[in-house]
Amino acid sequence: MALVLVRRLPPRLRLRLRAGAGVQRAMLVTGLVLTALFLLAALLGPLLAPHGYAQLSDGGGLFGSQQHPSGAHPLGTTIAGYDVLSRTIWGARTALLIIVAALILSVVPGTLLGLVSGYLGGRPDRLLVGLADALYAFPPLLLAIVMSIVISGGRSGLAGGLGAAACSVAVSFVPQYFRVVRAEVIRVKAEPFVDAARVIGTGPWRIMTRHVLRNSVRTLPLIFTINASEAILTLAGLGFLGFGIEPNSAAEWGYDLNRAVADVTSGIWWTAIPPGLGIVLTVLGTTLLGESLTDLADPRLRRRSGGSAPDPDGGTDDD
Amino acid sequence: MSTSTQETPGAVAAPADGAAGYGLARYLVVRFLLIIPTVLILVSLVFFLMRLTGDPISTAFGDRLTPDQLHAKLHQAGYDRPLLTQYLDYLRSLATGDFGRTVTDNQPVTHVLATYGAATVELACYALLVALVVGVPLGMVAAAHRDRAPDAVLRLFAILTYATPVFFVGLLLKLVFAIGLGWLPSSGRASTNVQLFLQNQTSTTGVYLIDALRSGDTTAVTDVLRHAVLPAVALGLLVAGVLLRLVRTNLIGTLSTDYVDAARSRGVAPLRLVTHHAARPALIPVVTVLGLQVAGLLGGAVLTETTFEWKGLGYELAHYLTARDFPAVQGIVALFAVVVAVTNFLVDVVAALIDPRVRY
Repeated sequence: MALVLVRRLPPRLRLRLRAGAGVQRAMLVTGLVLTALFLLAALLGPLLAPHGYAQLSDGGGLFGSQQHPSGAHPLGTTIAGYDVLSRTIWGARTALLIIVAALILSVVPGTLLGLVSGYLGGRPDRLLVGLADALYAFPPLLLAIVMSIVISGGRSGLAGGLGAAACSVAVSFVPQYFRVVRAEVIRVKAEPFVDAARVIGTGPWRIMTRHVLRNSVRTLPLIFTINASEAILTLAGLGFLGFGIEPNSAAEWGYDLNRAVADVTSGIWWTAIPPGLGIVLTVLGTTLLGESLTDLADPRLRRRSGGSAPDPDGGTDDD
Repeated sequence: MSTSTQETPGAVAAPADGAAGYGLARYLVVRFLLIIPTVLILVSLVFFLMRLTGDPISTAFGDRLTPDQLHAKLHQAGYDRPLLTQYLDYLRSLATGDFGRTVTDNQPVTHVLATYGAATVELACYALLVALVVGVPLGMVAAAHRDRAPDAVLRLFAILTYATPVFFVGLLLKLVFAIGLGWLPSSGRASTNVQLFLQNQTSTTGVYLIDALRSGDTTAVTDVLRHAVLPAVALGLLVAGVLLRLVRTNLIGTLSTDYVDAARSRGVAPLRLVTHHAARPALIPVVTVLGLQVAGLLGGAVLTETTFEWKGLGYELAHYLTARDFPAVQGIVALFAVVVAVTNFLVDVVAALIDPRVRY
C-alpha cells in the first residue's frame, strides 16, 4: 500500500511545485531538509556521534559530571556523565524506531478494519464505529504509562519502552485510520466500477483489495505524519515522566529531559536544550512535510496565493 | 417540536416538525448512553492491564512483608478471589461512587481525587484562558492577512506549539523567566508560607486563587498568580495553536460568504470585516473544538504538573504509579475517562443544538 502511495505522489508533486506559492515551497523544502537530517542522524548515528550513548569514559578517563561545553564535549556532559551531543544524535535512532513501530501497529489493523467493516457494513460495522469513538479521544500518554508498568514494571529496556509507547499510540490511531478508510470505502463501494467487478463474478476479497482499497487511501499520508509525531511525543512524555527507556538500553530524548529538570534549576542549559531541540525539529519536519503534501494535493488551497498562475491541469488529476 | 409527538413515538405519520423534535431527543439519549460503554471500556482496559502485573498489595509491598502477612492482607482485601469476581465487584463499587482506598497511604481514593482535582481544574482553567487570549486574536490576524507574511509566520507558530512537547516549553520558560531573569517562581502552586496560610482558612475550595481572594490578602493573591503564570503558559500554548488554526480556517470560510462580500463592497475596513461581520459564525465551532481539547489538556496536565511540581492529579498520578498504588491509579484514570467522555457528550449536544444536520 505504501508503494502505491509513493508511486502516486511524485508527478503530482512536480506539477504542484511549479504552481505552489512561495510559502508552500518553503514549508515543503524545510520539511524535507529536517526529515532528511533526522533520517541521516538515525541511520548514520554511530558514525556521526563522537561517543556511544551509554559511554562514560574514553582513553582520557571518565568524562565527568555536568561538564561545561568544551572541545572534548561540544555540548557538555549530563549529571550522570554522558556526552550530551552523542546522546542527542543517538536519540534520533530511537525516535525512528518508535515511528516505524507505531506506524505498523496503527496502519495495518486500522486500514484492514476500516476496509472490511466499511465494505461489509451491518451490525459489526456499527459496533466497531462505537468502539472507535470510545477509544480515539483518550490521551495516549495515560495508556502508555499504564502499559509501560505492565510490560516492564516502568523500568524499560529498548523493546519494552518502544512497545508501551507504540501500543498506546496505536490505541488512539487505529480508530483514526479506521474512520478515514471506512468513510472512503463506503463512498468508493457505491461507484459503478465496483458493481461492474461484482457483476463479472469477482470475489469480495479481491474487490476489497484490488478495487476499493487502492482508491481509499488518498488521505492517509497526512495521518501518517500526525501518527509519527504523536509516537515521538508519547515516547518522550513517557521518558520525561520516568517510565521510559533506561539510559543504558538506548538514548531517548524524553529521558534526557527528565534528568535535565534539576539541572535547569541550577542554571545548566546544555543538558536540556539539545534533546528538546531534537524532539522539536523532528516533529516539525514531519509535520511540515505532511502539511505541505496535503496543501499540494488539495486544489482548493492552491489558488489566491502570491499571484501564481492557476495550475493548467488542476481539474484533471483530482481523483 | 410539539410534545405530543414525543409522547407517542410510534405514531406512523408524524408531521415533519414533530419528527425533528423526536430525532433530537432520541439522538441525545443515544449519545448520553454512549458515555457508559466509553468509560467502561477504558476502566476495564486499565483494570486488566494493571492486574496482568499482579495484585495491588504484592506489587506495592511484596518485598517488605513475610509470606504469611502478605497472605493475610490479600485475604482481608479480597484479592485472593477469582479475577472476574473482583472485576465485577470493582465495577459495582465504581457505579456507587466508591473508588476504594489507596494501598500506600490508605486514604479513600475519592479524597485524593477531590483534593488534587481542584489543583488540576485550576491549572486547566488558566491554560484555557491563555489559549483563548493567544489563539483567537492571532487566528483573526492570520485570516485577515491570508497567504501573506503574518499568516505564514503564525502558521509556523501554530506548528511549533504542536511540535514542542509541553515539558520542553516548561523547561525553557523556567530557564529564561525563573532562573535567568528571576521574574517568576520556578515551581509549586504557592510559596510555603502562603500555602500554609491558605490551608488554614476556615473553609477552603482547594482552588488557591479563590481561597486567596476570599481571604482578602493581596500578597497571597499575587503569590498564587505569580506561581500560575509559567505552567499556564506552557499548557495553554499547546491548545492555543489548535485554536489559532481553527479560527483562521473558519474565518476564511465566512469571509468568502455573500454577506461579507456585501459589507466589503460597502467599503468596510478589512479588520472590522473580521471582527464585526465574520467572527460570530466562525467562533461557534470553536466552542465544540475547545471541548475536544480537554483530552489533550489532561495528557498535557500530567506533564506540566510534573515539570512545575504543581501538586494536582497528574503529579499524583505519576507519584502513585512509581509507588505501584493500583487503586489510586485506577481511580485517577477512571476520573479522566469520565471527564473525557462527558465533555465529548456535551460537545455533541452543543453541536446538535447548533446544527440540525449532526443528528442521527
